[in-house]
Amino acid sequence: MLPIIFILPLLQLVILSNAATFEIKNIKFSYIDNDSSSTSRALINKFDASTYFNIVSDFPSKTIATLAMLKGEVDVILDVPLHFEKDLLKDKKAYLGITINAIDGAAAGVENVYINQIIQQFNKNVRIDFMQPQDVKNKPQNILSIPSFWYNKTLNYKTYMVPGILVLLVTMITLFLSGMNIVREKEIGTLEQMNVTPIKKHQFIIGKLFPFWVIGMAILTIGLIIAKLIFNVPMLGSIALLYGYTSIYILVILGMGFFISNFTDTQQQAMFIAWFFVVIFILMSGLFTPIESMPKWAQNLTDFNPIKYFVEVMRMVMLKGSTVTDILPQLQKTLLYAIAMNGLAVWSYKKTS
Amino acid sequence: MSTENVIEAKNLTKKFGDFTAVNKITFNVKQGEIFGFLGANGAGKTTAIKMLIGISSPTSGDANVAGFDIYKNAEYIKKNIGYMSQKFALYDDLTVKENITFYGGIYGLSRKRIKEKRCQLVEELGLQEVTNELVSSLPLGWKQKLAFSVTLLHDPKIIFLDEPTGGVDPITRRQFWEMIYKTANKGTTVFVTTHYMDEAEYCDRVSIMVNGKIEALNTPKELKEQYKVDSMNDVFLKLARG
Repeated sequence: MLPIIFILPLLQLVILSNAATFEIKNIKFSYIDNDSSSTSRALINKFDASTYFNIVSDFPSKTIATLAMLKGEVDVILDVPLHFEKDLLKDKKAYLGITINAIDGAAAGVENVYINQIIQQFNKNVRIDFMQPQDVKNKPQNILSIPSFWYNKTLNYKTYMVPGILVLLVTMITLFLSGMNIVREKEIGTLEQMNVTPIKKHQFIIGKLFPFWVIGMAILTIGLIIAKLIFNVPMLGSIALLYGYTSIYILVILGMGFFISNFTDTQQQAMFIAWFFVVIFILMSGLFTPIESMPKWAQNLTDFNPIKYFVEVMRMVMLKGSTVTDILPQLQKTLLYAIAMNGLAVWSYKKTS
Repeated sequence: MSTENVIEAKNLTKKFGDFTAVNKITFNVKQGEIFGFLGANGAGKTTAIKMLIGISSPTSGDANVAGFDIYKNAEYIKKNIGYMSQKFALYDDLTVKENITFYGGIYGLSRKRIKEKRCQLVEELGLQEVTNELVSSLPLGWKQKLAFSVTLLHDPKIIFLDEPTGGVDPITRRQFWEMIYKTANKGTTVFVTTHYMDEAEYCDRVSIMVNGKIEALNTPKELKEQYKVDSMNDVFLKLARG
């Protein structure tokens, strides 16, 4: 069992960190070129040159293109109308038809932005090409914004996801193991035997939970090593601070697991309840979706989500190099949570029924 | 056998909702006695034992075990008793040696004492060959003997055995009772439940529970005379059938 406890989560870390990406790449791009002019070809070449678009086909007609979209063969259809070049030269304006598969609305939005950027760029080039010499002095001034990306300069999503996924793994493993633990002893009858001994409640609970605390810390350690060696995630802050925070955080989860264990009679029940909480905690942690965009009531709920604090601390310390004073609010809440959860666990564990 | 009572139960009752599992049972057990606690399945034996060993609170009534009140000093009682449940309850995924060391530690025995006890116990039970084997790999009879010995690790005043010989072969059962006698001779009180009526004959005194009440309590000899039958089996059948 012990090798499984370590190997599976770390495999997850390696796989998920690559898979859980918000980057939109390899967009399946197709076009219908009714114009077949040098301008329309230049436009299509621009899409071809972009790393985001893969040109999968050119369709002779709108009907066939629509059919392909229906089958999921293409994501974007660019429809270049007849006389595109002529209109552009004559009227200084022309229309393009863009069709985007928007089942995933967020992805469609991003694709739209990419497409517009390419077209605007193209537009600018076209204007310069078609400009008459006398227009040169009327050339419009461009306003350029130069963004500077802080804490994750290359906008590498792995830098963002790896610390978060590591949080998930530490949480899931410790919650499931501790949640199944006491209830398993109930099932096999050793808990009753324990209750007949003079063992003190706190001795029993510490004895039961300490090994899982160690396992949680070990997973964090191996996870951090993987983050550094494989994903090259920056670690700006103090590793000691990270460990200090995690040592308290795991107590929250263990207390929770113990509490679940006390109220259930079988491992199935315990697993069901543990899953219920894990799924809510993960989706409301700010790991995949920003908490700021949740409705107000959901935002209030996330205050009770320990994973949220851990994700915040992990990202702050690793990526921003935050110090104790920066993470003090998270630290205080987690500590309070740990005390409350373990208090409940001790209270709900009764040697006498 | 001394005259000192180590278990005194008075009107001990346990209700689960409307169902009365144990109905006002009153009895005493003397030190060094082998007390047979008989009854059909579901008569309330296990529930009664659980109240006496402090893992189930009575609905009403009083009891004193090893000189301590079951309401106020349940944890003190636990230091002075050993309990072997119906279900085998040592850790299957620990070895024989580890189980002994673990339980010794829980009862607060010193390392030296644990080692002494372990060597003594392993020798008495003839488990030398398997001390480092997982308990799950032992045959049931050996497991039961090991569990019995573990309940004696901390030299308790009373041991509660809940159907210790269930599913065990006749030879092992015989050995088991030899161990029980040896223990009782040292002054330890043995409180035992069983479904084997031949075993009931070995007890100093026997109580028979029917539907949560103690219907008879006496020595096996006097019970047989009282009900005018030849064996404990017939006593049991007469009572349990009502």
